[in-house]
Amino acid sequence: MGLAKRIIPCLDVENGRVVKGVQFVDIRDAGDPVEVAKRYNEAGADEITFLDITASHEERDTTVHTVERIAGEVFIPLTVGGGIRKIEDIRTMLNAGADKVSINTAAVFNPDFVKAAADRFGAQCIVVAIDAKKVSAPGEEDRWEIFTHGGRKPTGLDAVEWAKKMEAYGAGEILLTSMDQDGVKSGYDLGVTRAICEAVSIPVIASGGAGNLDHLVDGIKIGLADAVLAASIFHFGEYTIQQAKDYMHQQGIEMR
Amino acid sequence: MKHVVVVDYGMGNLHSVAKALEHVAPSGWRVQVSADAEVIRHADHVVFPGVGAIRDCMAEIKRLQLDSLITEIVQQKPVLGICVGMQSLLTHSEENDGVDCIDLIPGHVRFFGKDLKGEQNQRLKVPHMGWNQVEQVGSHPIWQGIPDNSRFYFVHSYYVQATQSKHVIGRGHYGVAFDAVLVVDNLIAVQFHPEKSAALGLQLLKNFLSWQP
Repeated sequence: MGLAKRIIPCLDVENGRVVKGVQFVDIRDAGDPVEVAKRYNEAGADEITFLDITASHEERDTTVHTVERIAGEVFIPLTVGGGIRKIEDIRTMLNAGADKVSINTAAVFNPDFVKAAADRFGAQCIVVAIDAKKVSAPGEEDRWEIFTHGGRKPTGLDAVEWAKKMEAYGAGEILLTSMDQDGVKSGYDLGVTRAICEAVSIPVIASGGAGNLDHLVDGIKIGLADAVLAASIFHFGEYTIQQAKDYMHQQGIEMR
Repeated sequence: MKHVVVVDYGMGNLHSVAKALEHVAPSGWRVQVSADAEVIRHADHVVFPGVGAIRDCMAEIKRLQLDSLITEIVQQKPVLGICVGMQSLLTHSEENDGVDCIDLIPGHVRFFGKDLKGEQNQRLKVPHMGWNQVEQVGSHPIWQGIPDNSRFYFVHSYYVQATQSKHVIGRGHYGVAFDAVLVVDNLIAVQFHPEKSAALGLQLLKNFLSWQP
C-alpha cells in the first residue's frame, strides 16, 4: 500500500490538433485534443500533459480555449507546457483549468522566473521541463547537457546540476525528456533518468523514447522515475493505458 | 433551486472545483464561485478549497474575515474543505515557521520531512504527489459507492493529524499515517483533490451535494 506510479499520456498540440513528432521532425496527426484527453481519462490515465508546440503567439487563444474545454470534461490533473514565459502566461493557463504548468526554455534563460512562479502560485503547480542530451564521448564518464530549441541548441548546463538547481528554485516536479531518445521508441535514457532521480527529492517524470511496455517498467524500476510519459504508443493504439497498467502491475509496480 | 458556493479567496484554482461540481450537480443546482459573505451565507452547501502556502492562505482568510464566516456557517449547512482548505480548519500548522489556523477541528498540520522513509526503508519524495489509497476508518454517507482503499489524487508536503480519532473517517499512509478525511458535524475536510480524482472523486463530490447532516 503506497503511492502509485503514474502513466501520463502526452498530447503535443499545434493549432488545436494533437500531433506527435519523431525526434521533433516527422509529425503525424492524432486528433482533437479534447476527444483524446477524454479517451485517456476514461481509459484510466493518471494525468494528462498538454504540450503546446504552436509557434505563433496569435494562435495562443486557441490553446487557452482548448485547455478550458479539456478542463471542463476531464477530471484528472492536467499539465500545460509550451510557450510559458511570463507570470501572466501561468495565470492564464491556471485560470483556463490547468493544474500545473511546465516551464522549459524560459527557465534556462531566466532561472529566477521559476522562483517567482513558485512563490506566486506554489511549487505544486510548477513543473520544470528539462531536455537533456548525452554529451560525453564513449568511454568517458556519462555527462548530459541541457539543450533548447527542440534539441538543437546546447547550453553548456550540466543536466543533473540543473535539476538540483531547479529544485532549489522551487520546482515541484521535473519532466525529463531525453533528446537522444525522443520519438525513436527504443526506451528512455535510463542513465540520465536515474542520475536525476537520485539527485533530487521532487518527483521526476521520464519522457522520450517509450516504444513498448518494458520501456515503461524500466523507466520506473531502473530509471527510478515516479511517472512515465508516453505519446505515440498510446496515440496510435499499439497499447491501451489499461494494458500498460496491468503489465506494470504484473512486474511488481504499484499502479492505480 | 439548490445552490453550492465555492469560496474564492484568491488562493488557487477554483475553476477545477467549480467545473467538477457542475459535472455532478443534479439538475436544478447552481454552482457559484464567490467571496461575498452574503452569497456564502445563503448557499445550501459550501466548498472551501485552497492551494499554496498556509501563511498566505490564512492571511487572505483573515483579511476577508472568512474565519468567522466559516465558523458561523458550519453551524447551519454542509461545508467541504479541500487540501489547504482542510489544513486551514485545524488548530495550527507548522508550515512557514508556524501559523495559527481557524481551529474548527482540533489538531495539527505537520511536515512530512526531508528524510521520509517507506515500509521497506525506501526514500519517499516530498511533496506527496499522485494517487494514494484512502482507508475508510469510519462510516459516513460521503463514502457511498466508493470502495474501501480507493485511490485519490494528492499533492501536499504537510499532513494533518487530528487530536481526536473520532473525527477521522479516512486515513492515508505515506511514511506516516495521516488523516485524509475528517468529519465534525456539518464539516467534512479532505486532504486529496476530489475534483482531480477521476470517477471516484466525482462520486465523493456528488455524495457531498446529496448529504443532509
